[in-house]
Amino acid sequence: QGKFTLLRDTRTDGSFLVHHFLSFYLRAGCKVCFVALLQSFSHYNIVAQKLGVSLAAAKEQGQLVFLEGLKSCLDLLFGEEEQPGQPSPLQFLSTSDLRALFEFVRVSLTPSDCSWKGPVLLVDDLSVLLSLGAAPVAVLDFIHYCRVSVCCQLKGNVVVLVHSNEDSEDEENELVVNSLCHHSDLILWAEGLATGFCKDVHGQIKIIKRLSLRQAAEQDLVQIYQYKIQDRNVTFFARGLSAAVL
Amino acid sequence: LVFTEEDKYGLYSSLLFKYFLAEGIVCGHDLFVASAKEHPDNILKELPAPLLDDTYGKDLGDEAAAVKSEDFQDSMKIAWRYQNLPKMETSPTTYTKFGHYYDVSKKMSPELCQSVKWHSFYLHEELPSEPKMKAWNMNSGYARLLQSIQRIISQEGFDGSDPQKKQRNVLRIGIQSLGSILWGDDVCCSDAPEDPHSLTKFLYVLRGLLRKSLSACIITVPAHLIQNKAIMERVTNLSDMVVGLESFIGSERETNPLYKDYHGLVHVHQIPRLNSLICDVSDTKDLAFRLKRKLLTIERLHLPPDLSDTVSRASKQDLAGSAKLLSSGCGAVAIGKQHLDF
Repeated sequence: QGKFTLLRDTRTDGSFLVHHFLSFYLRAGCKVCFVALLQSFSHYNIVAQKLGVSLAAAKEQGQLVFLEGLKSCLDLLFGEEEQPGQPSPLQFLSTSDLRALFEFVRVSLTPSDCSWKGPVLLVDDLSVLLSLGAAPVAVLDFIHYCRVSVCCQLKGNVVVLVHSNEDSEDEENELVVNSLCHHSDLILWAEGLATGFCKDVHGQIKIIKRLSLRQAAEQDLVQIYQYKIQDRNVTFFARGLSAAVL
Repeated sequence: LVFTEEDKYGLYSSLLFKYFLAEGIVCGHDLFVASAKEHPDNILKELPAPLLDDTYGKDLGDEAAAVKSEDFQDSMKIAWRYQNLPKMETSPTTYTKFGHYYDVSKKMSPELCQSVKWHSFYLHEELPSEPKMKAWNMNSGYARLLQSIQRIISQEGFDGSDPQKKQRNVLRIGIQSLGSILWGDDVCCSDAPEDPHSLTKFLYVLRGLLRKSLSACIITVPAHLIQNKAIMERVTNLSDMVVGLESFIGSERETNPLYKDYHGLVHVHQIPRLNSLICDVSDTKDLAFRLKRKLLTIERLHLPPDLSDTVSRASKQDLAGSAKLLSSGCGAVAIGKQHLDF
């Protein structure tokens, strides 16, 4: 409860982690607010069905609040004039102001009925906000506000995906990622293999439990596994022990 | 959204662009061509003519027969471990029905071009932007292009908005040389562009339009001119597929014996991962292209075995250096700067 999880990927695509968390929390009966900035609803829906969860049903029952970034941005730019009382959550495209997005998150996760367990905010992915004109400080403020309201006030969880690259020249992105790393309770870092591309091992995942955040004397716990992504699940194994080798 | 990084002189990327459009015409898709460099009418006049099925099939059939006759059934004696690997297929020997082949030396006939509906957007002939678009906070050239694309999509019913329409067709969008100075964006000229977010915002909105409709898009960008690498990273995140073309013209690789059969390399930076946890990963990532008299082919980079002893020291070091960049196995090229003298 009240945890901030950072999903990070380098040299590979970490979106399988997003799919996992989405179906995990929905199956657990939590109320989920999913800010999906990069892909369409049908993409997530199809993958979730393979993982055994129906997003459409969850949406209808009110368990899932889905913000489809691509669709909302089209409505904002090409649609008719919106009602003055309801600013679009993607308003930052024209005003660089993320407050409307935060309002959207806060309103959707404030419990109106008690049928669901703890609220969860899921964001895919945060690096897109920088591409769309938001300043890095604004993005960090947004995440801070989300943490305060979701983790502390509502005792829910927040899961956020960011991209990073080693030797990246995107300083704004690196700033956001590094700052978030310091404030996360759990970091799942999916990396492409350092030795290059391989058919049987798609990458390596580093799980960092930031115990040092809560208690001063503790060390962070780091575990490293390698993984291979299949059609319906992901298999994890210890380094060097992939099925292709054994 | 296929994002192509242009090669230095733009020769091969414009060829790839024309292939995309020509395939659209042959498949009966509608086209939308946008450019700030050449008038779209001219682009359409230059499309390669499709090869008729029977002539090409015959050529391929002959080649395949020739290969089979030299039977490599004798077992290998020294490199016997390689025997278990499948034979290296550099070009498709079996004629697959997916897609069509084009003859680069001939132009497509005007009747074939007229057989599909096409729309064009030539930046310098467009009207100034509408007032509503000022609120978008984007380069006006890009904003007008988006407006135009959205108008075509909704008018022609590619987004399924017209339930009356029974026949659903695909819209192929081709945008040439996006990001160049001709579009009014200085991202290619300076390290700290005036509006670094225009290009990425444009791509995001375009991605939204593509997801909402039955369309596919190819964009070519002179990536070698973009000095701000951060923008390239963001652009890669926003595209489904990113391909870079590197031609050998003018670089030292042109005369390098390693690459003598090829005209350039194809770098696949990203492949689409849509509607699934996994993506279709091929087993090799080294691809090269060559422009024969009639065809542009993309093949696996196949290094010839390094047999000669007379190669001079300098070029051998270059070979070793470039061999390090390749990830798939190849012939016996020594890696390392020092060569032992026997």
